[in-house]
Amino acid sequence: MKILVCISKVPDTTTKISFTDNNSKFNEDKVQFIINPYDEWYALVRALELKETLDGTVTVINVGKADNEQIIRKALALGADDAVRVDTDPADAFTVANEIAAYAKPENYDIILTGKETINYNSGVVAGMIAELLDLPYVSLASKLDVDGNNLKIEREIEGMKETLKVAMPCVIGAQKGMAEARIPNMRGILASKTKPVKIIAPITNEIHVQSVSFSLPPEKGAVKLFSPDNVKDLAEALHNEAKVF
Amino acid sequence: MVLVFAELGNGNLKKTSLEVAAYAAELAKNKNTECIAVAIGNANAGELEKLGNCGIKKVLHADDDKLNSVYSKAYSKIITEAAKNNNADTVVLSHNSTGKTIAPRIAIKMNAALLPGVSSLPDGNNFSKTVFSGKATAQLAAKTNTVVITLNPNSFKPHLTSDTASVEKINVSIDAKDFDYEITGTEKESEGMVPLPEAEIVVSGGRGLKGPENWAIVEDLAKVLNATTACSRPVADIGWRPHHEHVGQTGITIKPNLYIAIGISGAIQHLAGVNQSKCIVVINKDPEAPFFKAADYGIVGDAFDVVPKLTEAIKQIKSS
Ligand SMILES: Cc1cc2nc3c(=O)[nH]c(=O)nc-3n(C[C@H](O)[C@H](O)[C@H](O)COP(=O)(O)OP(=O)(O)OC[C@H]3O[C@@H](n4cnc5c(N)ncnc54)[C@H](O)[C@@H]3O)c2cc1C
Repeated sequence: MKILVCISKVPDTTTKISFTDNNSKFNEDKVQFIINPYDEWYALVRALELKETLDGTVTVINVGKADNEQIIRKALALGADDAVRVDTDPADAFTVANEIAAYAKPENYDIILTGKETINYNSGVVAGMIAELLDLPYVSLASKLDVDGNNLKIEREIEGMKETLKVAMPCVIGAQKGMAEARIPNMRGILASKTKPVKIIAPITNEIHVQSVSFSLPPEKGAVKLFSPDNVKDLAEALHNEAKVF
Repeated sequence: MVLVFAELGNGNLKKTSLEVAAYAAELAKNKNTECIAVAIGNANAGELEKLGNCGIKKVLHADDDKLNSVYSKAYSKIITEAAKNNNADTVVLSHNSTGKTIAPRIAIKMNAALLPGVSSLPDGNNFSKTVFSGKATAQLAAKTNTVVITLNPNSFKPHLTSDTASVEKINVSIDAKDFDYEITGTEKESEGMVPLPEAEIVVSGGRGLKGPENWAIVEDLAKVLNATTACSRPVADIGWRPHHEHVGQTGITIKPNLYIAIGISGAIQHLAGVNQSKCIVVINKDPEAPFFKAADYGIVGDAFDVVPKLTEAIKQIKSS
């Protein structure tokens, strides 16, 4: 079994978000970066579990510049066998998908796994684009994944529903909560990660489809209106008459 | 030409379909062009005509009982063909599970820019989209002539008229390899409740509720408000509540009109997924809980005392 896991670099979840260069760029100053939680906790860990039970290899791929090495090493410490970094700073989701698809095409992976979305752009479109570029089946929002011969048995969680389905490999899967439990790298993993191979490849194009023109922060909330626990009725009245939410 | 995908569920239009139809019709009007809709699978009698209520004049209907579930290849092929046949340069879908699955394929097929999860009509060429899980907004501009847009649920309120649309059946060329998977089962998770991403009122509980046996007060409040229930991440992780109720940066992002948070501290990761709610009510016994800074209304008090009183007060207002 040959698995490719796509990992993205995102700011740590506690980051206070701000922008620079006239609000056109995310301010990376003093920001801690992590592997996108959906990629790490679910896609990567499930891939490692499959490798442990069924044999095979897990390769991680990241599209990004040299400073992404830190998150790539973390993935290797968790147990990935090797890594690929496409050496370009991707400007949009299309670039990421295009580069990953181009790399993956001749490699014939059985499964290409990603997280359901990144926590910085929240688009959730890279996996679907890779699937289309490679003409592979695609299952999004997968919360469970098991191998059954040449097929995968998948559970999906979608708006108030659980769906089970069967998909033939090779295929592309977007992972969400439920698929696996997050792991912490152990000492052996960390030591081994230092010598695992990271292949650096050049990007195939610089074509982009979407430009992020500017960013803004949400307006500050006004002060909260507090009610006493003895006047809960007044809160209900305010919600009804003032906020008009019911 | 603008083409909008109107999704059906059990033969009825989904709530998100009315939102995207109204959005697409408005977008077309602003661009001085027309808007048509495409629907896939069986529709109940009179249902597709209702898209006229949102400003759509014509609906193309791929009426095929093999297509009553979403298959990403088949659906994206049909929508792309409809766009080509009608010279559409803009395709609009919902940013729900279906839209997220098929829009990327359509964008690649059309060599179009994909603008995912936009929340309003464009300002000039710029579309706004929330990023950093609700902590910021980005303005996105397409670098191509054709675009595929997915609209965030609960972002655009349709103003309904009594107009009706005409429906035209279309033939589709679908073969076995367009069904990329076989759906083997479906199970409803929250019987009788609106799914979280579409819910207009959400009542949510955190670790402050002490244990799953105490959820009745949350459920009672949700019931009088016709709301959907949600929870914080640790509550789902310990198994007090099902995973699909987990909201926040690593759960579901929601945008209801009213979000009531009970016994939730308001950690930055929780706020990220809920802070686009139009009105936030916080009930917490700790006056220093960070959630109060993000709230519109609040009560500093014991949930077990306050919540039943609130349920009762709302019941009274509703019945008067
Ligand atoms: C990478 C990462 C991602 C995360 N993603 C998410 C996410 O997506 N969603 C999420 O929710 N969290 C997420 N978290 C966890 C987050 O940091 C908080 O730990 C979590 O939100 C706290 O949940 P809580 O408010 O229910 O519990 P607590 O923080 O324990 O708060 C309980 C609250 O209940 C109040 N309380 C106690 N008793 C009562 C009572 N009787 N009446 C009224 N109030 C009472 C307390 O004052 C307290 O404020 C994430 C964390 C990390 C590190």
